[in-house]
Amino acid sequence: MDDFLGIAELSTKTLEDLLDTAQALSEILSRPIKKVPTLRGRAIANAFFEPSTRTRNAFELAAKYLSADVVNFSSTGSSLEKGESVWDTVKTLEALGVDAVVVRHREAGVPQLMAERLAIPVINAGDGEHEHPTQALLDLLTVRQRFGRLQGLRVAIVGDVLHSRVARSDLYGFLALGARVTLVGPPGLVSEEWREWGAEVTWDLAQGIRGAHVVQVLRIQRERQAQGLLPSWQEYRERWGITREHLGWADPNVLVLHPGPQNRGVEIDSEVLEGAQSAVLDQVRNGVAVRMAVLYRLLGGAAE
Amino acid sequence: MAEGVVLMDREAIRRALVRIAHEIVERHRGTDRLVLVGIHRRGVPLARRIAANLEAIEGAAPPVGTLDIGLYRDDVGHRPFPALAATRLPLPIEGQTVILVDDVLFTGRTVRAALDAVTDWGRPAAIQLAVLVDRGHRELPIRADYVGKNVPTARREEVRVELEETDGQEQVILVKPSRDKGQERRGGE
Amino acid sequence: MTAENCPPEAYQIEGALVLDPFTGREWSGPVVVEGGRVVEAPSGAVPVRRVEADGLWLVPRLVDIHVHFRSPGQEWKEDLESGSKAAAAGGMTAVATMPNTVPPVDDPALVTWQRSTGERLGYTQIWPIGAVTRGLAGETLADLWRMQEAGAVAFSDDGRPVWDSRLMRSALTYSQSLRVPIIQHAEDPRLFEGAAMHEGAVSLRLGIPAGPAEAESVMVWRDVQLAALTGGRLHIAHLSAPGSLEAVAWAKARGLRVTAEVTPHHLLLTDEAVAEWGYHAVTKVNPPLRPQAVRDALIEAVCQGVVEVIASDHAPHHADEKALPYAEAPFGIAGLETSLGVVLTVLVHTGRLKPIDAFRRMSAAPHAVLGLSYPGIVPGAAADLTLIDPYHEWTVEPERFYSKGKNTPLAGMRLKGRAVATMVRGIWVMREGAVSAACWDA
Repeated sequence: MDDFLGIAELSTKTLEDLLDTAQALSEILSRPIKKVPTLRGRAIANAFFEPSTRTRNAFELAAKYLSADVVNFSSTGSSLEKGESVWDTVKTLEALGVDAVVVRHREAGVPQLMAERLAIPVINAGDGEHEHPTQALLDLLTVRQRFGRLQGLRVAIVGDVLHSRVARSDLYGFLALGARVTLVGPPGLVSEEWREWGAEVTWDLAQGIRGAHVVQVLRIQRERQAQGLLPSWQEYRERWGITREHLGWADPNVLVLHPGPQNRGVEIDSEVLEGAQSAVLDQVRNGVAVRMAVLYRLLGGAAE
Repeated sequence: MAEGVVLMDREAIRRALVRIAHEIVERHRGTDRLVLVGIHRRGVPLARRIAANLEAIEGAAPPVGTLDIGLYRDDVGHRPFPALAATRLPLPIEGQTVILVDDVLFTGRTVRAALDAVTDWGRPAAIQLAVLVDRGHRELPIRADYVGKNVPTARREEVRVELEETDGQEQVILVKPSRDKGQERRGGE
Repeated sequence: MTAENCPPEAYQIEGALVLDPFTGREWSGPVVVEGGRVVEAPSGAVPVRRVEADGLWLVPRLVDIHVHFRSPGQEWKEDLESGSKAAAAGGMTAVATMPNTVPPVDDPALVTWQRSTGERLGYTQIWPIGAVTRGLAGETLADLWRMQEAGAVAFSDDGRPVWDSRLMRSALTYSQSLRVPIIQHAEDPRLFEGAAMHEGAVSLRLGIPAGPAEAESVMVWRDVQLAALTGGRLHIAHLSAPGSLEAVAWAKARGLRVTAEVTPHHLLLTDEAVAEWGYHAVTKVNPPLRPQAVRDALIEAVCQGVVEVIASDHAPHHADEKALPYAEAPFGIAGLETSLGVVLTVLVHTGRLKPIDAFRRMSAAPHAVLGLSYPGIVPGAAADLTLIDPYHEWTVEPERFYSKGKNTPLAGMRLKGRAVATMVRGIWVMREGAVSAACWDA
């Protein structure tokens, strides 16, 4: 593995290895001294071309717990606005001597194009509506910790599936590890085409989460309303919001995930978010472990 | 597969571990404030066996932890890494005497990594080292406190420890380097 | 510039199979050119050079009525000289240039400048297309008649649609008096807003913002209705949607003056190319590459004559611009130098079209669309001729293009058939792939 660009391109074996590694590394987070010397002397650049708090924080802590040095670069301007191309920006980081670049960009494919241009590993921290592979890893790890397996679980991904990189990465990951995935969302925000990948697709929340062991609740972007894709938030909440009442359709032991940040009272209610079925804090914690695993995997060994 | 000379058989291993347990009891006047930590992978069953021996002698077994030193290697990035195993230390180790247990002491680099790992968890009163085989060729100023058997070896020879729990059989063998100039293996580390 | 200083010569082209879509005739026989025109026989006043053309095809007045030469204003992408040379290399004896330059060609002076510069360069004839609306702003009509007087052959806001229905109605109505078409870049701006590729299985997988084919066809349906309302001449640029085909067929069935063109890249490629090129914006083009079923429908429509013209939509860009992230990069494929090869590969060598019928879509048909006359290879006709080696197999190497635009997803592909010599007004502007102003003996 030279880069970490997407779940779709990983073998099942690699995916499982990464989860195992993350599980082993998660122990570090409970130590009194949360630091191991593994990547001492290595430098990692967080190049975020789109605003992000939790993903960037998680990558930064993951790097630091492994004793790597971290440099953060963020810019919200496009290449044209800044007058410097993203390629020049990351080439500069490479020339500065960093050993890996973590990239978040609002456009699909930028990490892949970057990987072609750089000799150092590139890690995708979310590209457009394409993939968010470390988010999928942390979701998979959180679910595996709770159920001890992924094989045979029923997973519902609810919300704006069409525009969600989290949904794509989760879909690939859960399917690869043997879960059954149902995509649920308003017409226009979930595509029938996904049936071709082996997912079930429905507009009906009751049908979509019936018997689900896992409900991944996607964030609804405000702009979808402006684009005419959604009626009011009230209507969205009543039809697709994860309320305690709606959650009654799912398995009694259902685990509720949300990649955050949450719109409380829209796609998820506070009492669900803070309830016993919610795993959002486990997700955040596992977010550090899986990013440590990815960094360890990319920088911790020599090419075989 | 290379032919090996058997250095220790099942009985020799058993006796060595009993002797190590006795030495520990003698040195510590019991098992109080004692923690055994097996270094992944064959140090782990050895630590459990020593703990069982201590229980038989003293009536109380010390806690046993496991340690994967993968994150503390000094050759990270220089060779393919094995998968990481869980590290579980009986906490707190503050004020305890930690006895690291491994199968073979060779260059000392694994023990060096283990020392770093343990001190990341706190400040023990003392750290000691117990090994089943000491084969020499140290690259660092490290020595064992408890040794099952000292074996003079040539550098390119391999000392292979096989245990029921990990290998399905019980013996220590010395393997001569094969004639062909294959990759140098560094058995025991 | 071209050959003005060369001694006058007559040419007797021998051995070629002559395919003349203007007259519908095919024959093997010598074609004689003297003084820039096709003649019955050499006059004897100048030396006659025999041109051996065994195994080649000779086709008159190949034109590409949809190219972007970027001048004035964006000469880092293309200029009139590099674009003209690309046309000559591609076998095109005339091109119609789109007006979305900086400033746009919405003024007679720019039309005159483009046209006369083309004549001075001499590599191909540049037929300027004027803007429909002033500044391409879509708000007020440009001075269409004055531009036509200066030499504009049609009007278009290409690059963007004339989306205001009332303005489109006016343009179609007004242009009737000029007897030239309004060429519409049919696109509903809201339906394609933010999109960078065709909406379908591939865009879903890649996560690239996408728009449906209906973004084009709803506009085509509106425009054919307006053509019915006004009786104006409507030409649909780079048609790429099944719904558009239905609209054009509907219009033709009613006898409306509606014509359409497709691009070679839509006939050759599908949206899978976007995945194959792995986010390289070389595949980014508007309208976008479509799925296989649409490609098949477009090929069928060309063969049936629902779409009568093939034009390249040659849209050169600088490599740095095309190196931008997919959604940020500009739309466009540089197609002038591969157009003929694609048509031969996809339509002729597959047996879908007879050669003369394929060439009709790049000669007689676009002349008819623009209301221009050309008699074909008859004595007195302007000697605009292309010699084609139909069986020559070659690999597309953009770095060898005369165009400044190297942006093509055909890079590395094998094509069968290409122009080997181009003559514009009796002068060889390209021989054996080399565009040159040099005299024959140089």
